[in-house]
Amino acid sequence: MSRDEASQTAERVARESYGRLVAYLAARTRDVAGAEDALAEAFATALRMWPAEGVPQNPDAWLLTVARRRQTDAARRRHTRTAGEAHLQLMADEIDDAAQNPDEIPDRRLALMFACAHPAIERGMRAPLILQTILGLTAQDIASAFLISPATMGQRLVRAKGRIKDAGIPFNIPDREALPERLDAVLEAIYAAYAKGWGEIDGAGAPLAEEAIWLGRLVVSLLPTEPEAKGMLALMLYAEARRAARRDPNGAYVPLDQQNTAHWDDWQIDMAETLLREANAAGPSGRYQIEAAIQSAHVARRRAGAPTWPAIAALYDHLYGLTQSPVVALNRAAAYAELEGPDAALALLDTLAADKRMADYQPYWAARGHLAARAGRKDDAHEALILAIGLSSDEAVRQYLYKQLEALRDG
Amino acid sequence: MKYLLMLYADEKAGAQIPPAEMNKFMDTMYAYEAALTKAGVFVSTAPLRPTTAAKTINIEHGELKVHDGPYAETKEQFGGYYIIDCPDMDAAVSWAAQCPAATWGKIEIRPYTEYSRE
Repeated sequence: MSRDEASQTAERVARESYGRLVAYLAARTRDVAGAEDALAEAFATALRMWPAEGVPQNPDAWLLTVARRRQTDAARRRHTRTAGEAHLQLMADEIDDAAQNPDEIPDRRLALMFACAHPAIERGMRAPLILQTILGLTAQDIASAFLISPATMGQRLVRAKGRIKDAGIPFNIPDREALPERLDAVLEAIYAAYAKGWGEIDGAGAPLAEEAIWLGRLVVSLLPTEPEAKGMLALMLYAEARRAARRDPNGAYVPLDQQNTAHWDDWQIDMAETLLREANAAGPSGRYQIEAAIQSAHVARRRAGAPTWPAIAALYDHLYGLTQSPVVALNRAAAYAELEGPDAALALLDTLAADKRMADYQPYWAARGHLAARAGRKDDAHEALILAIGLSSDEAVRQYLYKQLEALRDG
Repeated sequence: MKYLLMLYADEKAGAQIPPAEMNKFMDTMYAYEAALTKAGVFVSTAPLRPTTAAKTINIEHGELKVHDGPYAETKEQFGGYYIIDCPDMDAAVSWAAQCPAATWGKIEIRPYTEYSRE
């Protein structure tokens, strides 16, 4: 194991242990911020020491011992202050309880994730909340990918944790009846974190993709019979497997159909295929499984030249029926362009044109520009490409579209 | 809510850019404006001539003083602006992040003070 790998492993173990302990304490006290405070120093020490000195034999016990020592110090220092004393005492008791038998600490991380993705928590804050509580990421780590300043992100996280406490959000795994919908919120939050990280190659968001995949694995390991959890993990792995192929050596954007499949990560693709097979065998097909199946079909098409466009279009039909999402409608149109030509696809896009959300939705204009150019509708293509360029925040994508625009002007 | 996006960049470095490259930058800036307009958030914009063309004035004891150059000498100069109208600061940051000028300079986002007129 190289030194980098060793320190990555140490960090992983520290995060794993930290998340488990935060979840355990928070589930007992309903006080997420208090649980984080109690472990913050111990966790920071672990992140500093473990990569250099190796991971202790029982990481949970190590963190709890350090946390207990720090907390006693803090309590002694604050001796004269009464405010927060009861709370400190409660947390100290909880840590004492856990430290008695660290091997028997139940894994309450799933319950914590359900609390973070509860309907009472603002949708946009669910992913940041999970990233912070389960992985111990700081507001600083998370903020940039969500285009929010670290200070604002910090305030919103504090508010969201207050809401968990005040609204009495339960720390449990919902029963069978409520599970699908609530799990969907958890998966949506994790996938949102992935999507933030996917768009960037080495920008601020890139590490988020890795963290999201790790969370996806965690959910699969804690809920091994849920096909949608596997479907989502597979979907993320298919996308992640192509990360290296998405830029050429000069950093220019490379679309799926021009990617060098030799740069795809076979290991991640194999894992995704296995997960997808298991998911489909275990239950009915949901949104993530269908999306993963589409990715699987793309892989087969690009790798072996399998004629999978009809299957892809049919899967998009199904997915569109399920979600009615304009994003899906867009991808569906792109699939029909391959099957029936650009004019058919543009006709499908026309049904979307009235949707107000499309006005500043970059992929819509990029697809429209691309299809109109292929159909020889130059003016349409020009207008759409201009808008797509204007709506891109990624320089490589902007350059890619600009080349299309230049080709259109020259041709 | 209106926001002023103030574009700062090193104008000396900007002056060195070859014309063909500059045309491309201007194209992407035009595309950005088109996107703002399409989304209904665009209010106005202007590119500014370099700070060598600037004058700064004040009135001291009733006397007009005129100085050549900008008010403050900075490493990056104020070179243009956009005014946009969008719901909140999050949206303003998100629009500013899409501005190509954010890749070669900095963008200061200032919300308008809104006075209620009774």
